[in-house]
Amino acid sequence: MTGFLTLFHKELLRFWKVSFQTILAPIVSTLLYLLIFSHILESRIEIYPGVSYSQFLIPGLIIMAILQNAFANSSSSLIQSKISGNIIFVLLSPLSYFEFFGAYLLASVVRGLLVGLGMFIVVSQFHEVSTQFPFWIVLFVLLGSMILGVLGIIAGICSDKFDQLAAFQNFIILPSTFLSGVFYSTLSLSPAWQKLSYVNPFFYIVDGFRYGFLGVSDVSPYLSLAAVIACFLVVSLLTLNMLKTGYKFRH
Amino acid sequence: MIPAIEIQRLNKSFGNLVALEDIQLSIAQGEFFALLGPNGAGKTTLISIVAGLVMANSGQVKVMGHNVVTSYSKARSVLGVVPQELVFDPFFTVRETLVFQSGYYGIRKNKVWIDEILHRLDLADKADTNMRALSGGMKRRVLIAQALVHKPPVIILDEPTAGVDVELRQALWSFVKQLNQDGHTIVLTTHYLEEAEALCQHVAMLKKGKIIVLDSIRNLIDKIRDISLQLRLACEVLPMQLIKWSSIKQNECYIFKIQDYLEISEILTILKQEKIEILEMKLQEPDLEEVFVRMMSDESFIGT
Repeated sequence: MTGFLTLFHKELLRFWKVSFQTILAPIVSTLLYLLIFSHILESRIEIYPGVSYSQFLIPGLIIMAILQNAFANSSSSLIQSKISGNIIFVLLSPLSYFEFFGAYLLASVVRGLLVGLGMFIVVSQFHEVSTQFPFWIVLFVLLGSMILGVLGIIAGICSDKFDQLAAFQNFIILPSTFLSGVFYSTLSLSPAWQKLSYVNPFFYIVDGFRYGFLGVSDVSPYLSLAAVIACFLVVSLLTLNMLKTGYKFRH
Repeated sequence: MIPAIEIQRLNKSFGNLVALEDIQLSIAQGEFFALLGPNGAGKTTLISIVAGLVMANSGQVKVMGHNVVTSYSKARSVLGVVPQELVFDPFFTVRETLVFQSGYYGIRKNKVWIDEILHRLDLADKADTNMRALSGGMKRRVLIAQALVHKPPVIILDEPTAGVDVELRQALWSFVKQLNQDGHTIVLTTHYLEEAEALCQHVAMLKKGKIIVLDSIRNLIDKIRDISLQLRLACEVLPMQLIKWSSIKQNECYIFKIQDYLEISEILTILKQEKIEILEMKLQEPDLEEVFVRMMSDESFIGT
């Protein structure tokens, strides 16, 4: 247990020591989205009856920031350790691959939570934020940041250069989060785009999370929960198998 | 007694490149062992397999009796490795680095021991300095300290003196010698024969992924010790008695290969009997480095 706790602690310190960049910066940039979009669209769009655009947008932006930062944490930590070579200190130690997985995953979740919580606190100073079902909120925050934390581990393992990681981030993670219904309801889309949205696992994270705030959603929260749990299991098993066989790490 | 490191029929290739071929090696506990070979001979691959950083294609490796694949956790906890590259985590100070490293090995309170290794490696006043701010030599010492946090009975140092100044090299040598005297098994990779001679008892020479020599350092040096006696003589033809020494003529000098200094007096006696005047005499001792390099580059050399 000490080994796992140490690695977890190290991972926390790693982003905490540069918290301007890892926590404050994403909060500020996400608030800018909110400022601009709510200004432009507030009076023009009402997505669900009785729900203003800002009320709709806020949970979407919060979860988007959480997901992106959970991914960024494990992926950038791993790629930095790989490129600078200091990953060797962990690989030489008797830590099991399970402990390794857990430590990187949990640190990602914590970073995601801190960014989300920061966002929530700041936003609720300016806007009325309703939290209908806190339990669902917490559930989807945890599962969502866990999925992205694991994806970050996969990206970190697979990339050999910052360039490859940036590709992973810009061509997979960013489009998937932007097109997951953060800014709009999928009900407003054409059938083709709607179908595409429903195979995007990120959609279920956003939709379920938003249900916790507004009490309304595009699809049933239970469907979202099932999709999110299934997604987490698939990516986790894949990652654990990579770590167990030493894929890329112990070639 | 269980060997500190036991390697059986180990093979490893990267694609078409054969990195290690049928390596068989046993290193006893308490030994100071050198793994010699030129760059690219497979030294680092071999120790990476022992450390669990690289998976072998076939064969097995045990550290203190623990298989490095099937019981990796136990094997890694009895092994300390000092990597060749100067790697460090720029986020942390020297002390933080060592505290974390202890934690990875499951050791929670390690202050006393960390203080001691900091002191012994002359790092005490750098304890709270960020890793980035250290010189290369200091970083090398931290790497050694990291390998020692869990007091491993077996320590592998991968070219610890590469790119290190003379003063630090001497300090490292005496530190590692002390570790060996304290009972640690030490394995050192190096391409300096001089280093192996100064420190080690046994040596394995690797060449193109194969062990070509496995011997005590004393025997090895004796075997490759070829002294030559260079004589310029006032005679046209060598006397018959001197034929038994293989000799070559070079620039009017005869070069006699001898194994023992006593042979010199034999040769001189013969010359005296034959009344041949010695115009010039030179004794050439072998340069171990040179012999080593020659041996390594000799395609036909396949062991003694």
